[in-house]
Amino acid sequence: MSLFETRHAPIDDPAGEMPAGSSAAISIRGVSKVYGHAGNAVHALDNVSLDIANGEFVCLLGTSGCGKSTLLNLIAGLDRPTKGDTEVRGGRTTLMFQESALFPWLTVRGNIELPLKLRKLSKDHRRQVVAQLLELVHLTAFAKKLPHELSGGMRQRVSLARALAQQAEVLLMDEPFGALDAMTRDVLHDEIERLWRDTGLTIVFVTHNVREAVRLGDRVVLLSSRPGRVAADWHVDIPRPRRIESHSVADLSAEIMGSLREEVRRHGTV
Amino acid sequence: MALFESGGGSSAQLLDAEVSGLDALDLPVPPRPTRGARVWAAAWPKLLAIAIAIFAWQVVVWSGWKEQSVLPGPRKVFPAFVDDWGTIWPASQTTLLRLGQGFAISLVLGMTLGALVARNKVLRAALGSMISGLQTMPSIAWFPLAIVLFGLKESAILFVVVLGAAPSIANGLIGGIDHIQPILLRAGRVMGARRWKEFRYVILPAALPSFVGGLKQAWAFAWRSLLAGEVVVLIANKPSLGHQLQVDKDNIAYPSMMAVMIAILVIGILIDSFIFSRAERAIRKRYGLIDEATQ
Repeated sequence: MSLFETRHAPIDDPAGEMPAGSSAAISIRGVSKVYGHAGNAVHALDNVSLDIANGEFVCLLGTSGCGKSTLLNLIAGLDRPTKGDTEVRGGRTTLMFQESALFPWLTVRGNIELPLKLRKLSKDHRRQVVAQLLELVHLTAFAKKLPHELSGGMRQRVSLARALAQQAEVLLMDEPFGALDAMTRDVLHDEIERLWRDTGLTIVFVTHNVREAVRLGDRVVLLSSRPGRVAADWHVDIPRPRRIESHSVADLSAEIMGSLREEVRRHGTV
Repeated sequence: MALFESGGGSSAQLLDAEVSGLDALDLPVPPRPTRGARVWAAAWPKLLAIAIAIFAWQVVVWSGWKEQSVLPGPRKVFPAFVDDWGTIWPASQTTLLRLGQGFAISLVLGMTLGALVARNKVLRAALGSMISGLQTMPSIAWFPLAIVLFGLKESAILFVVVLGAAPSIANGLIGGIDHIQPILLRAGRVMGARRWKEFRYVILPAALPSFVGGLKQAWAFAWRSLLAGEVVVLIANKPSLGHQLQVDKDNIAYPSMMAVMIAILVIGILIDSFIFSRAERAIRKRYGLIDEATQ
């Protein structure tokens, strides 16, 4: 039994203009999100439109206050837009958080098993799937550990396995590696890339780290800050597997960093 | 080392080795003391405290502040404890049975009330402050009403025990639910936990540390209310610890009375440390709320 059916490969669409409806896993149309009321209202997102193809790995990049996390919440259906709409046609979504958000009372196994339990899978079936997922994130030996007994990187891998246990087709990741050391992050980049390649998941990955975005994404979408808008959109055609320290990654990162800095300067007072 | 020799190549095998290498380096290996050492470390301060208390008691007796017939010293009370074992033991059983009944009823009522109030805004506005207010009511103040309502019966005692304990249990659950990290609730929602399943698999376990704190407080309230009740509501032919206190006092059997007091104290300490404090500690440890480095 295989955990993931093979899905079709990501559609080659260098122009980024896919025919509406046919292959977009996620469609975001004219989405605005305002918090608070007139007077002290905060425009977190302003008229954001974005199409994400099936199987695409998209990195959302921006400084703080650009509404990256807001956008993810909207896609995940945890929040409603003030205006516009988001549509997910690519299947179920799941969200992986900045902190691991693992349940501290459950072991590694218990955490991964819970989404399966909630979906009423039989005990045997659950055991099989959990074993596969543990294998996938290299944590078989740690199945009986509790979250607080693990390192940050291990916790995020459990979190990833738990997200995968929801058997969603769309994986939303909110700065998942933000709190990790560089070495662990590098290894997890390799892991997530391998996993994405093997499963055909659509991934939306929020980060404020430019190199991370270029290292991972098919596309890097730069959001402007206050209000959040799509400021720029790069297609990354550096061949995979990529290394974060490679020249090609560094070159594109420098270009994107330039735009990001421009974006930051816009908010300065000098 | 494989990482540095790989020179940019990233085969699955190298990656696996890197991952397991990082894991091995990340996990600290704390030295664990043996079981005997841990038991002794936990026990000796308590034994010392008991020795000091008994000594202080003896000093007061030696000082001649009260006559020995009124305030007997340890040397009279401990033999009385042994002699009276035949009455203290059945009395303890009656008292503990009542405690168990009262606590069980409180648990059902307190949990139901707490869950309803924590999840319902209207109920919270109506009952939230009343539950805390109930806790401030001294249990002894309930007894006249309880006796009027139930007569000199067990149910009068249980009524007051439940009134003392149930609000603490409800409050513990409400506090626990209020302080759940929002991210855990979001994680639960994302994986499709709703309504009863959310309560069963996310909310209740997340609230558990505070809930157990509430149970611990509730047990202390229940124990105090119970003993107060047994002293006030004297039920014929049903010797209990509180009843025995009163009987010994009336019979001027002061060493026996103090022996009963010691039994009450010891039961309290045992239940507190072997049930509630132990459960609280085990849960805090499981949830990672205890910093191992500072233990």
